[in-house]
Amino acid sequence: MTFLGICQIFFFISLILLIAKPLGLYIYNVLEGNNTLFSGILRPSEMLIYRLANIDFCEEMNWLKYTQCVIAFSLVSMLLTYLLLIFQNLLPLNPMHFGLSDAPAYATKMTPDLAFNTAISFTTNTNWQSYAGETTMTYLSQMLALAFHNFVSSATGIAVAIAVIRGFIANRVGTIGNFWTDLTRITIYILLPICIPLALLLVSQGVVQNLNPYLTFTTLDNHNQTLSFGLVASQEAIKNLGTNGGGFFNANSAHPFENPTPLTNLLEMLSIFIIPAALTYTFGKMVKDTRQGVALLTVMTIIFLIGTLVTYHFEAKGNPNFKPYNINYATNQLGDSGGNMEGKELRFGIANSSLFAVVTTDTSCGAVNCLHDCLTPMGGLITLLNIELGEVVFGGTGSGLYGIIVFAVLSVFIAGLMVGRTPEYLGKKIEKKEVKMAMLFILIAAFSILVFTAIASVINFPKDSFWNSFGSGTNNLNNVGPHGFSELLYAFSSCTGNNGSAFAGLSANTPFYNILLGIAMFLGRFFMIIPVLAMAGSLSEKKLVPASIGTFPTYSYLFVILLISVILIVGALTFFPALCLGPIIEEFLMRQGKLF
Amino acid sequence: MTNENIKKQSKSIYDKKIINRALIDAFIKLNPKTLFKNPVMFVVLIGSIITTIMFFENIVKGYKFENLLFQFQITIWLWFTVLFANFAEAMAEGRGKAQADTLKKNKQATMATRETVRGTTESVLASSLKKGDIVLVKANETIPSDGEVIEGVASVNESAITGESAPVIRESGGDRSAVTGGTTVLSDWLRIKISVDPGQTFIDRMINLVEGANRQKTPNEIALDILLAGLTIVFLLAVATLYPFSIYSYQSCPHKAPDLFSLISLLVCLIPTTIGGLLSAIGIAGMDRVLQYNVLATSGKAVEAAGDVDTLLLDKTGTITLGNRQAVEFVVAPKIAIQDLADAAQLSSLSDETPEGRSIVIYAKNYGIRERELSDKDVTFIPFSAQTRISGVNINNREIRKGATDSIFNYAKHNGFTVPYELEREVTRIAQSGGTPLVVADNISGLLGAIYLKDVVKGGMKERFAQLRSMGIRTIMITGDNPLTAAAIASEAGVDDFLAQATPENKMELIKREQTGGRLVAMTGDGTNDAPALAQADVGVAMNTGTQAAKEAGNMIDLDSNPTKLIEVVEIGKQLLMTRGALTTFSIANDVAKYFAILPAMFGSLYALNANTHGPLWALNIMGLHSAQSAILAAVIFNALIIIVLIPLALKGVTYRAMDAKSLLQRNFLIYGLGGLVAPFPGIWIIDQILVILHLAPIS
Repeated sequence: MTFLGICQIFFFISLILLIAKPLGLYIYNVLEGNNTLFSGILRPSEMLIYRLANIDFCEEMNWLKYTQCVIAFSLVSMLLTYLLLIFQNLLPLNPMHFGLSDAPAYATKMTPDLAFNTAISFTTNTNWQSYAGETTMTYLSQMLALAFHNFVSSATGIAVAIAVIRGFIANRVGTIGNFWTDLTRITIYILLPICIPLALLLVSQGVVQNLNPYLTFTTLDNHNQTLSFGLVASQEAIKNLGTNGGGFFNANSAHPFENPTPLTNLLEMLSIFIIPAALTYTFGKMVKDTRQGVALLTVMTIIFLIGTLVTYHFEAKGNPNFKPYNINYATNQLGDSGGNMEGKELRFGIANSSLFAVVTTDTSCGAVNCLHDCLTPMGGLITLLNIELGEVVFGGTGSGLYGIIVFAVLSVFIAGLMVGRTPEYLGKKIEKKEVKMAMLFILIAAFSILVFTAIASVINFPKDSFWNSFGSGTNNLNNVGPHGFSELLYAFSSCTGNNGSAFAGLSANTPFYNILLGIAMFLGRFFMIIPVLAMAGSLSEKKLVPASIGTFPTYSYLFVILLISVILIVGALTFFPALCLGPIIEEFLMRQGKLF
Repeated sequence: MTNENIKKQSKSIYDKKIINRALIDAFIKLNPKTLFKNPVMFVVLIGSIITTIMFFENIVKGYKFENLLFQFQITIWLWFTVLFANFAEAMAEGRGKAQADTLKKNKQATMATRETVRGTTESVLASSLKKGDIVLVKANETIPSDGEVIEGVASVNESAITGESAPVIRESGGDRSAVTGGTTVLSDWLRIKISVDPGQTFIDRMINLVEGANRQKTPNEIALDILLAGLTIVFLLAVATLYPFSIYSYQSCPHKAPDLFSLISLLVCLIPTTIGGLLSAIGIAGMDRVLQYNVLATSGKAVEAAGDVDTLLLDKTGTITLGNRQAVEFVVAPKIAIQDLADAAQLSSLSDETPEGRSIVIYAKNYGIRERELSDKDVTFIPFSAQTRISGVNINNREIRKGATDSIFNYAKHNGFTVPYELEREVTRIAQSGGTPLVVADNISGLLGAIYLKDVVKGGMKERFAQLRSMGIRTIMITGDNPLTAAAIASEAGVDDFLAQATPENKMELIKREQTGGRLVAMTGDGTNDAPALAQADVGVAMNTGTQAAKEAGNMIDLDSNPTKLIEVVEIGKQLLMTRGALTTFSIANDVAKYFAILPAMFGSLYALNANTHGPLWALNIMGLHSAQSAILAAVIFNALIIIVLIPLALKGVTYRAMDAKSLLQRNFLIYGLGGLVAPFPGIWIIDQILVILHLAPIS
């Protein structure tokens, strides 16, 4: 580790903590329907949307109605995306003729299972990509099918989080807001106004933004090279801001056209973290006790810093087996381009690559600026664990907040009993229904990750199977042994956690993986949103209990420690055995000189 | 059942009889139907059955002795885990059952004299009495069922219910009309209208309650059950998927993947067996503790709610104050000697048998005035009359009068005396400081002075209320006094608030107001007019001396009729929840150590260079356990033994201290959270050492 590297990490998190409050306050005002900076310009368009879509913006929904709206909206837009992808070859803005007879040789076919996987992936804010953007997607698909979801899936997540908070503040009201107005306001007042200047900033740094056909030219050493283009900057902005993570290009944020400079790298990391961080302040503001939000932000920051420093430490140390050959050896000789540089971009170096890897897995973003497959076993462990903790360390836009609230509810329930009262969180008694929904939330994640990985690790396919190539399902892995296992575990963790980043190394574009991973993403999104909203509904019908000295204070340092313990213990206890067979044993074996 | 009985039982958690009975019950409770209600222990039961079958299968297959020894021990300890949990529950039930037996003995087949429609009487079995029947009970007969006295006055021995052998008076009308079946009339007779149907009597309900026959899980218990079931499924997933994972991992490894014995061991160690095994014992023991205070809770829910109480409504008289006003000061009028006042005060009170009167006689002795016989003089006592609000005595020609301020002032004026300004001022002072002034005058010197009667606050109440405050509980004093007096006593007793000139209506209003603010309210009451408020309150403790209506409205009955006990009930409720939280935290924190014992044991051979060395994951064996078998066994044994070790804690509850939530949590989090994380490491290590010493597990 270098001093400068550590400084950059702390500089980054300081910026986040600095922006969290003003942005959180702005989000609060937007969602309360207050007048804000852009109200003058945007209010007419908001009203126009309500009129066109025939939305009664005064309606207050109960949890069931709210959930129905979330699901209906998602399913319909998922279906439209599926159709758009399937028929993308017939639609305009396809300069490379993908899906047509004169498509370039490198083009990937848009199969129904790939379209299925992709439609679910973008609707669920996962952005898992079984395809490479520049060889599969037409410009129209990128803009309309994918970028559209980048906005609305993120807005949906935020809306659900806000609805959950309303469940806490409602005093026997039973309603938790209006999904349509939440969705509209978040998109046009929050996401769009940030994305536009962000995209322009990215363009200024060299991110491409055009509709040109790809450019093929001959390089100095006489090879043909193709430069792919597209409306990259605009999509890049929302890709990160909405914690979507689906790259325009296959290389994602490692690609120079997506993330050309250290400055864009910082901007991208900031935009990934900023909304989840700000939402904690919005939360505190809404429950009329900003200390509550600060406590959650503290928990997130501490786990984030531990993860980052551990990853940075191991990446900087590099692979001990390379020591005799004097390559890539440690940052103390080579600065931030020493250590484990395999799979990393020189323009980012070890610190910014480690930081990006942790940022993107702490949140459910999934954009990558280095190859996670090439991280050291311990670095890989952190990225895996980050996802498996439930994407609550900052987490996805909205999903991170409601996720950590679920953990807070569990912490309060387990430890809150120790103060001798029926546990309360934010003035609401935590009883049967809340515990049931919180446990469902934990269970579904554990089920989807563990059971699907188990199926994939032992399944065998007959010859000429439609589902997959012949033989074991693990044949699709690039690596064997524990590293192969990590690749498999990472794929299902990433999809269930709606992260979408890939450890890589898994050839996932087969019907078997496309569908199984698609189901994992679907479970990981909607089967977690439903229990969370049901919990909010149950809470909204309860009486607010005033806090007394006998109430367990959920803003104290003790609560912070408790919440960290519960998040780590629940996550670790569930996945420790599996992790032992992946990165942990790989680390021990690497020390013995055995690599995979 | 007498008081001594109860005390004896409360001392002896380890009563031999109870233990013996619990040992048998532990086996009876193996019935899968009962165990199914406890998901955690049900999983252990299934695990034990599977390992048992496999063990016998392996004997037939002719496995090596050392493998069979390991499998046998795992199987046995899994069975012990279930049995220990059953034993804990049986122990908790044991004391209740013993109490129920005593009660049943009292409820022998009594006969009753029932009045018929024609006005004659007939003898019927007590158990055949129905609601509305009228019975006649004479001296030395047992009251056959619960009812209301409609005629007669009698002294009744209620020790069968309360354990208190001093007889109580029961009479028709008023607040002392309720009688309980199973109690005995000592003198006189009573005509009683039966108020319950057979099987619904107080004793029947009490037997059911202490037996735990129709014990229902409390809301918090259900919520905790869901958490535990959820965790069990999570760990089931983690362990079940470990099998396919290890098939993949062992592909390139010549050694054998972990077998079902170690997988089941891991599962049983991970699922929260400690709290799962002790949960129902905690609940039953909580109810039992309440009973040991001679409070009968109609449901566990009520006890749990007591822990949540935010506001306590306490009656002033009898709860906060001793109940009787006492003379504490003589205030003389100008130019009157204090001895004269004391003398007059005592003389006028000699025939006054009220506690106030007696206290004046006794207080006067401080001024050297002795009690004396007045029989030789010409003495006429004037008894207190509500109209004049005056009492007194005529000795020869001297008239001494004592009474309410206005009345005596009028009496003095009537006799031609003036009311000195100083005395008027003193009287106001007494009233303002919460006391009751009694003014004394005679027909010779006019106004002599005033007696300061004071409500005496019970000792230690102020500290008690301060404790409650530190627990976040507000106390509100309920009194019929005027606001001035009430305020003074409230500040002396240290309550947070008071309701003066209380009526049933404004009492009810107060409860509703508190509840609308989201607060849980507890109160005590005994009169019929308390019944609506008792029913409205979240925790209503009815006094056993109270009316039937009050007893039915409340959700707890205090057999000793001591309203102060509400505070203890609140503490027991809190302790109950704390014990659950502490053991849940402990149970979950335990898992960390178990991972470090079992995972290296299971996967120690993975990527090992040869059969005699350990693979890389053996490095996780940070406790330095001897061998794979000893490590797994040690974890399983620790997991089973910890249940036994914690039974006393589950039955007694964790130590309760009145402090604010933050310090309480900090304390318990350190003891049970951090303790739970650390304790298993040495525990498992010691068991591992013992196993190796006893040659029950291989040394490497």
